[in-house]
Amino acid sequence: MDSKRRMIKKIVQQLGNRLIDAKEQANETVLHIDKKDLPEICQYLYQEQGARLFTMVGNDERQINTMFALYYVFVVDEIRHFMTIKIFVEENDPTFPSLAAHMPAFNWYEREVNDLLGLRAIGHPNRIPLIFHGDQMEAVYPLRKDYIETGMLHFENEALHFVEYTGADVTEIPVGPIHAGIIEPGHFRFGAVGDTVLHLDARLFYTHRGIEKELEGKTLEQAMFLIERICCVCNVSHAVAFAQAVETAANVTIPRRAAYIRTLYMELERLYNHVGDVGNICAGYGFAVGNSQGARMRELLLRLNEELTGHRYLRGVIALGGVRQDIRKDEIDRITNHLNELDTDFQDLADILLNHEIAVDRMETTGRLSLKQVTELEAVGVAARASGRDIDCRRDLPYAAYDQLNFAVIVQEEGDVLARIKVRILEVFNSILLIRQILQDLPEGDIVTDIPKIQPYKTSLGWTESARGENCHWLMVDQDNKIYRYRIRSAAYSNWPVVAVAVPGNIVPDFPLINKSFELCYSCCDR
Amino acid sequence: MNEEELGTDLKKRIKEVLSGSLHIRHVDTGSCNGCDFEMSTLSNPIYDISRFGVSFVPSPRQADMLMVTGGVTSNLEKALRITYEATPKPKMVLAIGACACGGGVFGETYANAGGIDPFVPVYVYVPGCPPRPQALIQGILLALDQYEEVLKRGE
Ligand code: SF4
Repeated sequence: MDSKRRMIKKIVQQLGNRLIDAKEQANETVLHIDKKDLPEICQYLYQEQGARLFTMVGNDERQINTMFALYYVFVVDEIRHFMTIKIFVEENDPTFPSLAAHMPAFNWYEREVNDLLGLRAIGHPNRIPLIFHGDQMEAVYPLRKDYIETGMLHFENEALHFVEYTGADVTEIPVGPIHAGIIEPGHFRFGAVGDTVLHLDARLFYTHRGIEKELEGKTLEQAMFLIERICCVCNVSHAVAFAQAVETAANVTIPRRAAYIRTLYMELERLYNHVGDVGNICAGYGFAVGNSQGARMRELLLRLNEELTGHRYLRGVIALGGVRQDIRKDEIDRITNHLNELDTDFQDLADILLNHEIAVDRMETTGRLSLKQVTELEAVGVAARASGRDIDCRRDLPYAAYDQLNFAVIVQEEGDVLARIKVRILEVFNSILLIRQILQDLPEGDIVTDIPKIQPYKTSLGWTESARGENCHWLMVDQDNKIYRYRIRSAAYSNWPVVAVAVPGNIVPDFPLINKSFELCYSCCDR
Repeated sequence: MNEEELGTDLKKRIKEVLSGSLHIRHVDTGSCNGCDFEMSTLSNPIYDISRFGVSFVPSPRQADMLMVTGGVTSNLEKALRITYEATPKPKMVLAIGACACGGGVFGETYANAGGIDPFVPVYVYVPGCPPRPQALIQGILLALDQYEEVLKRGE
């Protein structure tokens, strides 16, 4: 028996007679337990087995089995396997035990399940609404199957749930939701003493469009258009995560050439994001050279994307079962030449930035996050790696062609703005190397394969490492092969909570810089 | 047309219609950030739209024009109204992208109205998902034409 089997067996044994039912599928073990056993079993997985939280999904399954279901998906990186804890919640007792008090990463998930499905987490330390900001949310639960669509909900008044400061020296500074620059909406409220931030409240979900509900009842092909529009600058990674969830459920392996081309597009997406973000961080302290150079190189990459695919942000390139767009020989040369130029130009920018005393001084020790903080809050991606959390699902849970390619995972220890910019800079060079390998080894063959009908009500997972970190998608289809429930947990959803932790102790003018160093999408998070 | 030709036109028209400068405020009412990013590319060194007389301003009180992205979510309806009210005339409003024009792929949901025109009067609809930077400039040019008409009519 290999180590994976041994570990799964050990966990199952530990559950003993608390286990109601166990199911194996793809790379996932679904363990059904009673909701009263939830805290103990999750703590066991989390703390003793080193599992990390991947996503948590609430689902209205009353039409299937008369109950609501909650799925707590953990991943054990060591054995590349998912352990999912499933509980049922009855309609006449729509409550479940909260885990947020001991495991803060559950905070948002539990509140979201309350807002959208009306399932209450008993013992949650802070149950204020997450998704809706209005005051009229009496028993309106859009993700329940019997919710009657009546158009957009309007709110007369805003419900204010912010920390109130009583000290005479504390100044409250509200910012947003509409910001001074051309960026997405979010509201930040600082409690500051002098110019030092004491506490930060962030209210997000302004761009909540109800995408998960809108996906329900759509065919898989229709769904792709919505998935690509969760977020523009992460659209390839979302599309691939969705395609992988579908392919896993349908038990399909995509052609090797398609896997390579997917990887190419994903790395091109990372490249323009990271290059632009490095420039953007410079804007956080008025370093115009860095800002302009980053923006220039990013624009050139967008133009390359357009030449290759017809879309500046690579929308429409991913198909279920493969890719829609092949790569020609002359395009390979075109990319190679572009990367050669970018390589030198970006190296110049990196040299200027990292050797500029004032630039480094602004970034060093600013917005620091410890390894403990990022681990407890389950941060992912650049934010996690810059604080020493060595996770990258391209390596840990390989997909597309990543297991065929050589690359290093970049980890820094300091956890400050400088560390986050360094991770990005090094990942840019990493992406360039990856793309070179892909173009060199690109196998011949088909670029797409057919997807058979999926078994109804089977669940499956898809994931990708976007420029911001791990995205995780959860899929269940109905009898007509249409979407029954879809849950999107983006990197931004995992990472926004750490921003609020990184800011206190810094000066107010450093907030834009710290915020930019995470460079999180609001739309990815809000959906 | 490429951005240089469009830019030359833009500069000329801004001079004719608004005596040389156009101040634009961006309002995101629930976009996927694609339209926002294309708007911000207008400031990169390749387009550098400021050389044609355009500046993106931090407050609606300084703005001649609102460029609105996204299809208006429940949580941003109020922000859109307040921003519109705070904008001095001529209040040229551009609906940027499929979402702002008519809901895009999302349409109307429990949290999304599916377009900005029930909330604010729109000068120009700029389609695209997202519209390319050149299309954004084209949209601004069309709005200026309309505003010129408004001035002629003495409204
Ligand atoms: S029109 Fe397209 S790019 Fe613009 S906000 Fe809507 S989905 Fe995003």
